[in-house]
Amino acid sequence: MEDLKKQIIEQLNLQDIKPEDIGNDQPLFVEGLGLDSIDALELIVLLQQFYNIKLVNAEDGPKVFHSVRTIAEYIISHQNKND
Amino acid sequence: MRELISITSAVSVHRGQIVHNGKLVFEEKEASAGQFLLSAYKYTGAAYPKFYKMDGLCKLGWIAAEYLLKDKSANSLIQDFSTGIVLANRNSSLDADLKYHQTVSSIPSPALFVYTLPNIVIGEISIRHKIKGENAFFIQDAFDAVFMEQYVRILLNNDKLQSCICGWADFLADDYKAVLMLVEKNKAGIEFNAQNMLTYF
Repeated sequence: MEDLKKQIIEQLNLQDIKPEDIGNDQPLFVEGLGLDSIDALELIVLLQQFYNIKLVNAEDGPKVFHSVRTIAEYIISHQNKND
Repeated sequence: MRELISITSAVSVHRGQIVHNGKLVFEEKEASAGQFLLSAYKYTGAAYPKFYKMDGLCKLGWIAAEYLLKDKSANSLIQDFSTGIVLANRNSSLDADLKYHQTVSSIPSPALFVYTLPNIVIGEISIRHKIKGENAFFIQDAFDAVFMEQYVRILLNNDKLQSCICGWADFLADDYKAVLMLVEKNKAGIEFNAQNMLTYF
């Protein structure tokens, strides 16, 4: 999950934030890291770019991108599907 | 009767220097445009994480507005729809356009795409300072002070606005320049006219 946090920081240009500042279960949007809708699109790009995973159903977004842990779980489950 | 319209605050951001009302307030002359704007942002002491995500033009305009308005209490000017923003530049959003174009060959970046219009800088300043009035952005070869005076004067004389941030914000690669002026009705300051505007460039 540390690598994923680094990728999120890089992709979203969160220059003042370190990986250890982001809790595994901390909400990423609104009350957590304060990400917005453009950041959500960037996270979709991140999944595609680094993990070759496409978020097929847009309505899954809030659940998938809730926290670093939920993103990691989504990556693991979909990488397994690709294997 | 011709109303008194004055420039009550003016800032220039150019070649590693920020000058506010004729006084040098920040300097980092050897830095690249990106590094300079980042240092200037940190120097403001503001906690505004969205700054990092902005393109160069928005960072430039945001920084200039921050210094322009820093001595103004929020209540003194930003009320409902009475403050507007009118800006111009030479290179439109070309810097962001080029960066976005580089991503198109792989996966286009949504974060870069949202900055591919020059008037986004007006939006960023408006969000930061809760400005909701009339706004416009013009592309010109060079700052047309006569045009700017006429345009802003019409907005103020017709009571569309009581105050207006106007000026120039241009950013391309490492070349950047912003000159913003706060123009207000019935306030003491420097007379608002084309000649006086040009003294800040």
